[in-house]
Amino acid sequence: MSWLTPDINFKIISPELIILIVALLVLILEPLLKGRSKNILPHISWIGVALALVSVITLWNREELGFNQMFILDNFSCFFKIIFLSGTLLVILSSISYLKEEKIFHGEYFSLILFATFGMMLMASSLNLIVIFLGLEIMSLCLYILAGFRRYDLKSNESSMKYFLIGAFASGFLLYGIAMLYGATNSTNLKEILIFTQGFENPLFLFIGLGLILVGLGFKIASFPFHMWVPDVYEGAPTPITAFISSGPKAAGFSALLRILLFAFGSLHIDWSFVLWILAVLTMSFGNVIALSQTNIKRLLAYSSIAHAGYVLVALVAGGDSGISSAMFYLLAYTFMNIGAFIIIIFLGEKKVNLDDYSGLVTKYPILGITLALFMFSLAGFPPTSGFMAKFYVFSSAIKSGYTGLAIIGVLNSFVSVYYYLRVVVIMFMRAPVDEVQKVPIPFFLGLALLFSVWGTLHLGILPQSFLTLAQNSIFSPF
Amino acid sequence: MFKTYFPIALLLILVLGMAFVIVLLSRFLGRRIPSKDKLSTYECGIEPTGDARGRFPVKFFLIAILFIIFDIEIVFLYPWAVVFKKLKVFGLIEMGIFLFILLIGYFYIVKKGALRWE
Repeated sequence: MSWLTPDINFKIISPELIILIVALLVLILEPLLKGRSKNILPHISWIGVALALVSVITLWNREELGFNQMFILDNFSCFFKIIFLSGTLLVILSSISYLKEEKIFHGEYFSLILFATFGMMLMASSLNLIVIFLGLEIMSLCLYILAGFRRYDLKSNESSMKYFLIGAFASGFLLYGIAMLYGATNSTNLKEILIFTQGFENPLFLFIGLGLILVGLGFKIASFPFHMWVPDVYEGAPTPITAFISSGPKAAGFSALLRILLFAFGSLHIDWSFVLWILAVLTMSFGNVIALSQTNIKRLLAYSSIAHAGYVLVALVAGGDSGISSAMFYLLAYTFMNIGAFIIIIFLGEKKVNLDDYSGLVTKYPILGITLALFMFSLAGFPPTSGFMAKFYVFSSAIKSGYTGLAIIGVLNSFVSVYYYLRVVVIMFMRAPVDEVQKVPIPFFLGLALLFSVWGTLHLGILPQSFLTLAQNSIFSPF
Repeated sequence: MFKTYFPIALLLILVLGMAFVIVLLSRFLGRRIPSKDKLSTYECGIEPTGDARGRFPVKFFLIAILFIIFDIEIVFLYPWAVVFKKLKVFGLIEMGIFLFILLIGYFYIVKKGALRWE
């Protein structure tokens, strides 16, 4: 039996390596450091993430395969890595003061976040279904622990348990789908699956496998029939982790979905687009309608995150170059505006999560009130914020591909969403403050993260062209 | 497709039928003399003591979980040792990296005191 040495290429996995090494370093330092010296751990972590971000940018505009065609470095994966890494950066920066407040400041927290980011990056730049599964598992296992990080809080325990059970179930679906695809095409490599699907005959197994993969990834992106874990998990998990779950894994799931659906199964677009059409409509409508009646802001943003998954699915249905680039632009914009909104909830703490607690916020913390209003406007899709441009590109790509009906349903849905986003703004601006608690100064790093996300939201809204060109340059060649 | 899977289906039917027939036969042909000892829970021939749903320290659980990690390490090491000569230096380095990452985990466990019983 011949044996091939895998073509190891450390250059193309350098961002992943940086993240991995920093995560291991934090894990080693955690038990060694005592007391106050542990304060350097978050700083090591975010510097590592920033270094990885720099290394991703240096790898831009290169296309290389490695590790026996399992790993691909292209602009598509780089763009998604930029999304993951900026999300992670924002979450790490904003959770330093939160962890101290909640008395759960442990080094493992940062280590697990970095491992989860590593898993996402693996998912985005993999060309093999098995490696996609590996990345998904690395990411998910870390998130299950992180969701239960407030160990003494029952809701956090519940959140972790629910996320674990449903996530394990979803992984089973995904793996079963991969097995079916392997049975049908004799390969787990997406390129070989692509060659197979361009043939004349497609066995039934192929579609069963694709359906199961859609179910498995549907759980991760929280699309309609697979969304039931979202509100409970988002409510119970520590708020920075909620922000993390709602941006990173969702984008990672979409990166895998885009690669599988529009790359490997691109030639069968007619067959699967109708299924996604229905899923997109149901996801948007369900998320938006249920969000109307929420009184807890974390649950409200959970349902809003379901709705946003629906908007991105619209771009997937549209397909083609404009569909891919608009989905990527949307996910980038969503990362900034969503984490931005969560940063303010992080600052206000775990006890103030009811909408009534936000009344008169703007008189107490004018800066926070105004920025939260900005993020709410952006989530609702008002110009000149990134949410508007993102929705504009998604819906215009749908119209370009001839899905006018879907675009109309999407726009109607964003009208519905305006009600609950603006309700938060109304409560903040037009009601008297409820309590006269002492005002706390905004911590430096949390403020920095807030500034960064405000910049992202406004830059992508006012000058979207630079990032849109970036997204358009990073489309993988469909087939 | 039918032709290739037919033997497996046949085997499945045969096996199910066999199991069914044997259980049925022993039920009808065998003599049954139930006694108190025969009807009690089987616990390796020792008289059962107490309830199976007793509580025991969570430390056992932790040890069991940690055991699995290092057990799997052995599972990886064994086939590696078999093909070691074919893999040459590459295999040595790969396994070195694998063990190094596991050792970091071990270091973390020991330092955190997860193996201390008291």
